[in-house]
Amino acid sequence: MALDRWIALIIALVFLIYGHTAFFGMDDLLPPILKRNPIWPSTFPKILSVVGVLAAIVVILNVEKSAKQVGDDMDISKWRDYRLSDAVVLIVGMMAYALSLRSLGFLAATFLFLALGGLLLGERRFWLLVPVASVASYGIWYLVDSILGIYMTPYPAFLGR
Amino acid sequence: MIEGLLLGIHTALSLKNMLMIFGGCIVGTFIGMLPGLGPMSIIAIMIPVAISLGDPAAALILLAGVYYGAIFGGSTSSILINAPGVASTVATSFDGYPLTRQGKAGKALTIAAISSFAGGTIGAILLLFFAPTLASVALLFHSSEYFALMVVGLSAIAAFAGSGQVFKALLMTIAGLVLATIGEGAQFNMPRFTMGIMDLQSGIGFITLAMAMFAIPETLFLVLDPARSGKASDKQSEISNLRITREEAKKIAPVVGRQSIQGFLIGVMPGAGATIASFLGYAVERNIAQKDEREEFGKGSVKGLAAPESANNAACTGSFVPLLTLGIPGSGTTAILLGALIALNVSPGPRLMQDQPDIFWSVIISMYIGNVVLLILNLPLIPYIAKVLTVPRTFLIPFILFFTLMGAYIGQNNATELLFLVGMGVAATILRFASYPLAPLLIGFILGPMLEDNFSRATQLHDGIGFIWERPMTAVLLLAAIILIVLPPLRSRAKQKS
Repeated sequence: MALDRWIALIIALVFLIYGHTAFFGMDDLLPPILKRNPIWPSTFPKILSVVGVLAAIVVILNVEKSAKQVGDDMDISKWRDYRLSDAVVLIVGMMAYALSLRSLGFLAATFLFLALGGLLLGERRFWLLVPVASVASYGIWYLVDSILGIYMTPYPAFLGR
Repeated sequence: MIEGLLLGIHTALSLKNMLMIFGGCIVGTFIGMLPGLGPMSIIAIMIPVAISLGDPAAALILLAGVYYGAIFGGSTSSILINAPGVASTVATSFDGYPLTRQGKAGKALTIAAISSFAGGTIGAILLLFFAPTLASVALLFHSSEYFALMVVGLSAIAAFAGSGQVFKALLMTIAGLVLATIGEGAQFNMPRFTMGIMDLQSGIGFITLAMAMFAIPETLFLVLDPARSGKASDKQSEISNLRITREEAKKIAPVVGRQSIQGFLIGVMPGAGATIASFLGYAVERNIAQKDEREEFGKGSVKGLAAPESANNAACTGSFVPLLTLGIPGSGTTAILLGALIALNVSPGPRLMQDQPDIFWSVIISMYIGNVVLLILNLPLIPYIAKVLTVPRTFLIPFILFFTLMGAYIGQNNATELLFLVGMGVAATILRFASYPLAPLLIGFILGPMLEDNFSRATQLHDGIGFIWERPMTAVLLLAAIILIVLPPLRSRAKQKS
């Protein structure tokens, strides 16, 4: 089965869980006064889950033959040719950046993300990479903090605010 | 209308808004030129900046400038390095890149700039007449017609998704509508589908979802396939000669006129957008060209370059018609703009022209000014702007990802939102691999609350779903929506059988 149909199957399962919650898990919590309304908080989700499951079934059954979209040149069958490990490491890097923003502080976390990201992608000119990452980290922090007025912890948590 | 126009000119020509137009066009051109980054990603990245302005007119003018600049920038990378950032500039590369290979990169960029300018300007003139008329008709609509109209809009977006893509697009639209039901909506004042997670109480952030759907997959594709970045190398020296001959100007003039009108009309239709406009424009001009000229198409024809360029810019302007007059976005880009407006407490729709005429008219006027700015500022600056193509991907990719993360962080100020962004971004990348269109998901997400709100109001007003058959206009629109979904697959099946 092609990837698009597997994805449709997963989406159908998600819609089934969503529909189950809408049909059997929401109405009991509704205050009696709201039950007099012709429309309940679960009404729209119920309709969506039914239509969603039907649409997913059409895709799973391949009723409408799939065609590749114009301009979409990424092909899953060539996954061995792609730099999958670089992408995975960058995704992990993004998650690490998100989790370390508070503990490491904006300046250190951003510097590390930009510098290590460049390093991972093959940049070896450290004399360029380090100053660019440093200036960008400080420059963006200054812009966000002082000009846009949005506070972001600049230093690691153990140094305090 | 004259009063409104004068108000629009007054607002758009203020120093602040002029700076927004200039800034938006330049930033859009610079970033739009980077292969792999389309207008949707750029606008998504710029939204936190626009919202921080606090002025809806200035924010929308800035984002519209970014939009035009990004389209123009995308054409530049198509012409110079055969790396169209988005599908709407693929047709530009058919004849643009061959011209570059012939050493006529400057000429190709000039033709693209002039055609884009003409397409955008003609589109803006048509918008001036279309928008107020449609807005006055839309004022007669009740909540049931609005509900039905939104269903038609969402169905049209799925119907125009392309052969074999209708149900995938429909599935994505419904996924967007489902995501929109998460959180504590204003209507029922009770949390839905939050799974006990506190951060989901206020729902999923629109900026986070926009970034996850567009910026992350496009950047990850650049990581996965370095060839997508293209190479600028030796094209710089060929850009300096920007002249076109009088004969070439005569050749492209009727093409630009025709394709601007056709592109605008296609842009007005929800879901059709700039991609269809540019491909259709190219195909029409090739078909009506004389035999000797037809053979030039694909080998560096000036007509083949002018047609998609004028059509896609006019379509971009056309897509503002349903946004400004009905509050229904016809494309992913206008959906992002709608999200930004909602964040600024502005509700686009037929009342916008009456309630906030300064926003309505200044956006239309800013389109004229934006086109002029693009022409007079970018054309002489092309050789310098094109230098952005030489930025190595080792710097480019971490920076794009960083700005994407920052955009979501500034909007919500919590790390959970960033983890959600990364998770959704990875899911969106997998969906892109399986050729699922992502714009319908975002459009569904943005229209979801409005759709449910109008459905609820109509249901309460008619004490049930009787409005579907009691109001003829609603019934006709809903029937049209069903036809839009069912007809394309049936036609393609019939075609396959024959």
